[in-house]
Amino acid sequence: MDAMWFSVAMTIVAASTPLLLAALGELVVEKAGVLNLGLEGMMLVGAVTGFAVTFATGAALVGIVAAMLAAVAASMIFAFLTLTLASNQVATGLALTIFGVGISSMIGEGFVGKTIPVLGPVFPEALAGHPFLRLLFGHSPLVYVSLVMTAVVAWFLTRSRAGLILRAVGENDASAHSIGYSVIGVRYAAVAFGGAMAGLAGCFYSMVQTPMWAEELTAGRGWIALALVVFSAWKPWRLLLGAYLFGTVMTLELQAKAAGVGIFAPEFLAALPYLATILVLALISSRRSVGAAAPACLGRPFKPAT
Amino acid sequence: MSEDRLELRGVTKAFPGVLANDHVSFAVRPGAIHALLGENGAGKSTLVKMIYGVLHPDEGEIRFDGKPVTIPNPKAARAMGIGMVFQHFSLFEALSVLENIALGLDERLSPADLERRIREVLARYGLTLDPHRTVATLSVGERQRIEIVRALLLDPKLLIMDEPTSVLTPQEVTQLFETLRALAASGCSILYISHKLHEIKALCDKATILRGGKVVGDCVPAEESSRSMAEMMIGGSLRDIKKAAGRTLGAPKFVVEGLSLEGTGDFDVALKGIGFSVGAGEILGIAGVAGNGQNELVLALSGETPGEAAAVRLDGTPIGALRIGERRRLGLAAVPEERNGHAAVPGFSLADNAVLTARGRKGLVNRGVIAAGKAAGYAEEVIRAFAVKATGPAATAGSLSGGNLQKFIMGREVLQVPEILIVSQPTWGVDAGAAAAIHQALVDLAARGSAIVVVSQDLDELFALSDSLAVINEGRLSPKRPIADFSLEEIGLLMGGVHGEADQGAHVAAAPVVEASHAH
Repeated sequence: MDAMWFSVAMTIVAASTPLLLAALGELVVEKAGVLNLGLEGMMLVGAVTGFAVTFATGAALVGIVAAMLAAVAASMIFAFLTLTLASNQVATGLALTIFGVGISSMIGEGFVGKTIPVLGPVFPEALAGHPFLRLLFGHSPLVYVSLVMTAVVAWFLTRSRAGLILRAVGENDASAHSIGYSVIGVRYAAVAFGGAMAGLAGCFYSMVQTPMWAEELTAGRGWIALALVVFSAWKPWRLLLGAYLFGTVMTLELQAKAAGVGIFAPEFLAALPYLATILVLALISSRRSVGAAAPACLGRPFKPAT
Repeated sequence: MSEDRLELRGVTKAFPGVLANDHVSFAVRPGAIHALLGENGAGKSTLVKMIYGVLHPDEGEIRFDGKPVTIPNPKAARAMGIGMVFQHFSLFEALSVLENIALGLDERLSPADLERRIREVLARYGLTLDPHRTVATLSVGERQRIEIVRALLLDPKLLIMDEPTSVLTPQEVTQLFETLRALAASGCSILYISHKLHEIKALCDKATILRGGKVVGDCVPAEESSRSMAEMMIGGSLRDIKKAAGRTLGAPKFVVEGLSLEGTGDFDVALKGIGFSVGAGEILGIAGVAGNGQNELVLALSGETPGEAAAVRLDGTPIGALRIGERRRLGLAAVPEERNGHAAVPGFSLADNAVLTARGRKGLVNRGVIAAGKAAGYAEEVIRAFAVKATGPAATAGSLSGGNLQKFIMGREVLQVPEILIVSQPTWGVDAGAAAAIHQALVDLAARGSAIVVVSQDLDELFALSDSLAVINEGRLSPKRPIADFSLEEIGLLMGGVHGEADQGAHVAAAPVVEASHAH
């Protein structure tokens, strides 16, 4: 019985980590005042690239780096359109998701059903395989990366000067520009970071969780990550909490299905995290404090005056 | 003989369709306080933006400490020792005072060092400001202080001040002037832009007057009268506010009694038992330092935050629980302080902005459909009646200068002939000509029998306009009294929270400010 709960806990961590990674990236992007709805698309680009490169080279690390670079490249298409050409961020982000779905299916066509070795635990087998200690030591390296990145993002935003400038750009782009900061430059950097994190999140699905390629592998988790950013009120530590909350809901749904708890239709359980996303978004956006927490320039294109 | 600190020679700047500055030349001595005077649109802003490196001259030369310079950007200007306090603050609302100042500094300082230096500057100039407060919680006056501190931290050689006193109490103005004089005495030159001519008389050594982008004169303000400077500025003679003689105030029309409101957010001031009445034809002025509940009071009166029905009554009808639209239908109009985004939608045309508040009383909406022709007609009427400089009803509100937009907003309400008009800061950042027009419109509206409440921090304005006055402090309103019963000193004390001692009440309203107010 204990062993079963430990394995549930391990699954929760695995379900929560990609949400956390993707949402951390998006949080930084949104703090800079950019709304990138292409999260799902970038994750898929990362997922397929990570899988394909690992399949070809056999080196997981190369695959991860390639996944991040590919997702950054995808994010730069978005950045060029929305920042340089000042196109509508919502429409462009949706287009990026559609693009990501399409291109990942195309690239992934030859890989359907193929497998690669799981990117397993980093710690020695004695720790990673231990029935209890594996809860601490038995995870993929990306899990530890996600936790470290939470702290790094929290520190960066509240303590560093660069983070202050980033927040200023998201808060009042015109003022930041008039003081002499490059609004567009800061936003490009933020979008690229968001892309890299989405790439990491994507290859977590294709290399850690199910080391096998399938179309639309991320199954809409990018949208959940987007909702999480709002849920967390743009605070990294609250984001960590939210990601694990959603990870738990998603895992329990699977467990309930496996255990044959038949109170609800399985379809209902599968829809639960998405319903929760909608519910959380609706509840939170009706509260005034959330409006105040949002970066004031979120989603507004910036065109510098001459 | 030392060099001039700043000298402009034939500086010219053209925008498409407008010659903003036409061969402007003048010089500022080291340690001098030099006024730049002119109506909105005279080219003052363009000129100082060029000195601060935001814009670049098409022609002409800027010399600093005797050497010709090109100033590519504000950072270069700051590096040379030029500081600027903008009229519209470039602040980040969600960030703290400390973070805001850090963003504006080119030097990298640790937060602890920066805080120490900020506290030094605050102490040296006797200013109060909490470095850890979030800007969103601060009053306009406090926000301005951030900008001033930010500029002073750089030990500037030239400080440009754009309309700095519009939001300060007399005591704060006095304090600011002491700060500026101390700064000037230490050798820093100050370029001072203001419409308040008596302040320029009191503070500035010299003044350069701009009209239509050209220098039309120089003067020593102390040797001129406010009126003569104003007339140079507008290039014509100035109208006085004409109050109908011997008009009698009608019965109480607008009564507020026991109006209390809890502050909902961290930023709000609670209103505590506000009570006053305004008669038909009366203008009640409400004075107070920014952030003492004025915003909350205006919101409660306009209906943006409805409360208890009986707390606000119009001709005996309790309206305290009604929303804005219902109050408007009953004849209560309100003009909030913030022009862009509150009183008007910057991206909408003037006609659409007219529809927003005048749809009911002017019938601009017909069964849910906007009567476009009527709306444009009404906007046109406002533009004509208030001499708003705009290309027409199709111009966006955001394309108008502050003064012109304010004239449009005031006109939009006044031409609806409301029973009650609540206005907040009607002439903030508005030039003398436009301010006079707005004041006259208010006086005329009152003469027709409307009751008017003017919330303002500009005491000249209140003295010029009001029949009676009350002072708001920390959400409490002093009893109203006829304006002639107040002395400037007493108002200052009330604004600071000292409530009516008998001996202060004895002063007669012969304060110098009353005389100076005729400049408008």
